[in-house]
Amino acid sequence: MNETSIRVEQVGKRYRLGRTQTARYRTLREELLQLPRRLLASFGSGAEPADEFWALRDVSFEVKRGEVLGVIGRNGAGKSTLLKILSRIVDPTSGGADLYGRIGSLLEVGTGFHPELTGRENIYLSGAMLGMSRREVNARLDEIVAFAEVEKFLDTACKHYSSGMYLRLGFAVAAHLNTEILLVDEVLAVGDAAFQRKCVGKMAEAADGGRTVLFVSHNLGAVGSLCSRVLWLDQGRLRRDGPGREVIEAYLSDVTSGAGGVVTAAAPAGPAWITSACLTDRGGLPRQAFSMTELLRVECEYQVEQPGGFTLSLQVKEFDFSPVVHCTSGDAGFAVPGAAGRHRLAAEVPGLQLYPGRYWLRLALTHTATGVQHELDGIGFQVEQDFALCSRPLPRQAGLFYRAATWAMLPPPSP
Amino acid sequence: MTVDTPPPHVRIRPARGWLGLRLGELWEYRDVLVMLAARDIKLRYKQTALGIVWVVLQPLVAGLIFAVIFGRFAGLPSGGHPYLLFVFAGLLVWHLFAGVLQRAGNSLVAEAKLISKVYFPRLLIPCAAAAAALVDYAVSLGVMAVLLAWHGVWPGWWLALLPVVTLLTLALAVGISLWISALNVRYRDFMYALPFLIQVWMYASPVVYGLEMIPERWRGLFAFNPLVGIIEGNRAALLGGGDAVLSHLLIPALAAGVVLVSGAYFFRRVERSFADNL
Repeated sequence: MNETSIRVEQVGKRYRLGRTQTARYRTLREELLQLPRRLLASFGSGAEPADEFWALRDVSFEVKRGEVLGVIGRNGAGKSTLLKILSRIVDPTSGGADLYGRIGSLLEVGTGFHPELTGRENIYLSGAMLGMSRREVNARLDEIVAFAEVEKFLDTACKHYSSGMYLRLGFAVAAHLNTEILLVDEVLAVGDAAFQRKCVGKMAEAADGGRTVLFVSHNLGAVGSLCSRVLWLDQGRLRRDGPGREVIEAYLSDVTSGAGGVVTAAAPAGPAWITSACLTDRGGLPRQAFSMTELLRVECEYQVEQPGGFTLSLQVKEFDFSPVVHCTSGDAGFAVPGAAGRHRLAAEVPGLQLYPGRYWLRLALTHTATGVQHELDGIGFQVEQDFALCSRPLPRQAGLFYRAATWAMLPPPSP
Repeated sequence: MTVDTPPPHVRIRPARGWLGLRLGELWEYRDVLVMLAARDIKLRYKQTALGIVWVVLQPLVAGLIFAVIFGRFAGLPSGGHPYLLFVFAGLLVWHLFAGVLQRAGNSLVAEAKLISKVYFPRLLIPCAAAAAALVDYAVSLGVMAVLLAWHGVWPGWWLALLPVVTLLTLALAVGISLWISALNVRYRDFMYALPFLIQVWMYASPVVYGLEMIPERWRGLFAFNPLVGIIEGNRAALLGGGDAVLSHLLIPALAAGVVLVSGAYFFRRVERSFADNL
């Protein structure tokens, strides 16, 4: 069980800036006009042209069979590029990789689905594209349908599906691929909590079955609970490779120390998504350290595509990913603005009196009608001791919430 | 999970030099070809109330219009056949050729989302588009059969030529489409040039007129258009007879072979950069 499943050596991917943004393709005219300049440039000093950048550079690692490897990093760190190279969708510019086993990749839920086709037709189409033969799909059709919970709608066109059903069916096909290697990108960014639990469960099952899983996610809780080993990519380079908890912890302290504590997320397809969030003090200034009794204020910005009702929930988590506090806008009777466009919100949580240490915050925006959720995870913060509250050191293993109890002496027991 | 067979080894390196056709891989992914073609065909008939009627109507109406304008008003010669049959026999195979070019030429750009999210040999995309065009052709052949029966024309043994001509047309069209679709990813100019090319090519080919319209001394040069041989061949196969038809097919066969093989090699060489350029 100690054989290499994936070996990545010095892999790099260079993009031209102009082509990754608005105009990826060129016209012949442009090309002809640029020809003299390009020729001249190739005689130049060999310096890297300003309009090129490395999305990934000199990344090397090895994965053993049956290992579940998490990949984390900020937006644009090269996580998706790495997965695209390993799934053979794009070519590396330098270096290379060797994969031993059939590769199943899920870079988007519902790859190859067409809204006009029925659920059944889409299962076969998507299955074929992911590398399943018709026979294999036939053999697993019942399982796939049961996992996706779409039995009744199997012969209905997918355009009539709710977004939840669509997601479940898309994931179900990929989850039942029988490949030795599974590459999964950010499938947990959308979908309701039940769907996310199902996905994580299915991936854990795959790993138990001896399959190698490479899992990219912003959901640090899921990465932490699923992956024993984590890679942290930073600006295209491998910053850290080690035990899950350790790497996540290092990543979180880095994320919150830079960029004024603002955490941003990539825009997935969905009714709405949180674009950025930041912890601040009472006055709205970004902060990453709070005293035990201090009010915790979070500002977030979100984008609504499909107008409707939304609830925003926030959750404080401990470093081992166990939830500590959870509150929702619904509980407070607050109506989250749901008109199309960008909105900003602030939530204030009164002093929680948490024990000193590192914690992190997770925000989730849920579309009421469909239950589809977008979450922004990993907004880390530090709680510092409030010596006015308690002067003795408070070790974390002793407790989670600090409360000063009132003490009273009772009359001695009667003999 | 079986442990007895060693897992396949996938090597990922920057693409350099010619990569070959890797036919084994194409075969491995044959289900994708079938599913994509089936999807295209289903989509075509699913949301239209008249469905197959459109496929019948399109060439039929075009044939009737040409028959009235060129056959009746302009009085173009039709080699002794009823002009409707004459023009329809040419139009049929022309529609197959142009249909493949149109569908397959833009197919990669149309499937951009797929290409950026999942791996399979990209060559299958234009091929699936061509397969869908072939189904339309089969339907129009049915219309042709009815027209022939109506006029009491029976081509006899000449009919055996039909699959040969069809295959040549398909090979030629797919070959050209491979070049165009791959170039279209990089230079979108091809998307705009294609309809123009198709239109000009149609009038440069004997679809609505017969070869006898071309002055004798130009005919040799004219025959370098591979569509000349194909259309003449198709007429011979469906209407029976014709002179020197087999020699006519030599140029299309040669052209189809060259274009298909070179197109496939070129496509396989550049297909790995598609996701970066779409």
